[in-house]
Amino acid sequence: MATAQTAILDDAGINRAMTRIAHEILEYNKGSDKLVLIGIRSGGDHLARLLQERISEIEGVKVPLGSVDITMYRDDLAARGNLPIGKTDIPFPLDGKHVVLVDDVLYTGRTIRSAMDALMDFGRPSTIQLAVLIDRGHRELPIRSDYVGRNVPTARDEDVAVVFDEHKKPLEVRLVKP
Amino acid sequence: MSFTHKHILGIEQLAKQDIQLILDTADAFKEINSRDIKKVPTLRGKTIINAFFEASTRTRLSFEIAGKRLSADTVNISASTSSVVKGETLEDTAKNIEAMAPDIIVIRHGHSGAPHYLAERVGCSVVNAGDGAHEHPSQALLDLLTMREHKGSIEGLEVAIIGDITHSRVARSDIYALTKMGARVRVCGPGTMLPIGIERLGNVEVFTDMREAIKDADVVMMLRIQMERQSNIMIPSLREYARFYGLNPTNLQGAKADAIVMHPGPMNRGVEISSVVADGPQNVILDQVENGVAVRMALLYLVSGVESMQTK
Repeated sequence: MATAQTAILDDAGINRAMTRIAHEILEYNKGSDKLVLIGIRSGGDHLARLLQERISEIEGVKVPLGSVDITMYRDDLAARGNLPIGKTDIPFPLDGKHVVLVDDVLYTGRTIRSAMDALMDFGRPSTIQLAVLIDRGHRELPIRSDYVGRNVPTARDEDVAVVFDEHKKPLEVRLVKP
Repeated sequence: MSFTHKHILGIEQLAKQDIQLILDTADAFKEINSRDIKKVPTLRGKTIINAFFEASTRTRLSFEIAGKRLSADTVNISASTSSVVKGETLEDTAKNIEAMAPDIIVIRHGHSGAPHYLAERVGCSVVNAGDGAHEHPSQALLDLLTMREHKGSIEGLEVAIIGDITHSRVARSDIYALTKMGARVRVCGPGTMLPIGIERLGNVEVFTDMREAIKDADVVMMLRIQMERQSNIMIPSLREYARFYGLNPTNLQGAKADAIVMHPGPMNRGVEISSVVADGPQNVILDQVENGVAVRMALLYLVSGVESMQTK
């Protein structure tokens, strides 16, 4: 069966959204003091690196960057069999930090729940904020984003895919219809 | 590529991709062991029975810690305090353990094939933690992880394994694992300790002169002289063995300058390995122990995934 794909955001649009989010993060946190970025693998970690670059261009400060793999914290592991475990890399303490968790697509909120559990195992951040490129709705948990690139209303049977190039730069966001 | 093995009975049954996946998974789990909070909820609600019918400190502790760090409930039974001393058969013991619905049984047994026997008779996963003189898969995997960390890749490595090859389950599992991953293996020991036909296991060369076996090796792995498995009747005396097959700073010079020295433990200092080498800069013996926990976490995670998919 053929699937229909529509581009809903191109690279220029993604770049503008990421620049705006970088400004919003700095505005809300009144600068980059105690700020750290943690990207959720895989997708969110590439976007977190992009945000780190933008913040450095705006503020001249390179904020600490980490990545988290949530497989070990999933609530559906028993039903999914053995998913490959990726590496979590948070080479700095989180105690007292303002953590911005970065993901590409916010959907049910279950990934974010898992990621927050993982972060808590590393320390006690002052705040955890959530930045996502796309919010497609259909939350199953009481979780919301603090920074959104674009809200995209979707149907449950549709899929939203963020496409990256070989340098892990975001190229395009596609809405995939079944 | 997904993992399909419900049981880990030996390296012999694993393919190269399986070994690769286990090592990569272990690598990812390793990070947990350096956290302040060394626990993840991955295997919450799973019950793991460590059934050790033979003495062990390292392996049992390692499996127990691995299970606990993944939030599984681990329970240990050992032969000396179990009904085995009252004459219960392995099958009856196993059936009784199974009635308490564990998810994984980790078994060490003095008889080769005991884990296979068990795997055919119980519904849960079985992980071999050493069976007689047959296999010790988790040891071989942690050896490979340690080699990969120090040498970058297993492929093309020259690995010398020295000692009682005949009675060593570690040697057997290591030979399977190393040859599958593309390393060249040299085994060395006195003639009485070299099994006939060992070279047929693949890329294996047999030596009786230790200096030749060590020459230009990347890895020198010493095996323990196993008094409990009658290693001592194969050799005239421990002193003579130490003279011809003990690793010391002098004969280690024949290996590559950056060669690493490994030992599965427990060491007989002054017999197969001198203390100078065992504590020297080339030894990675405690790295092996550290990697043991990560490798066993990977094994428990992977078999439990297969197990829960099959019982659904």
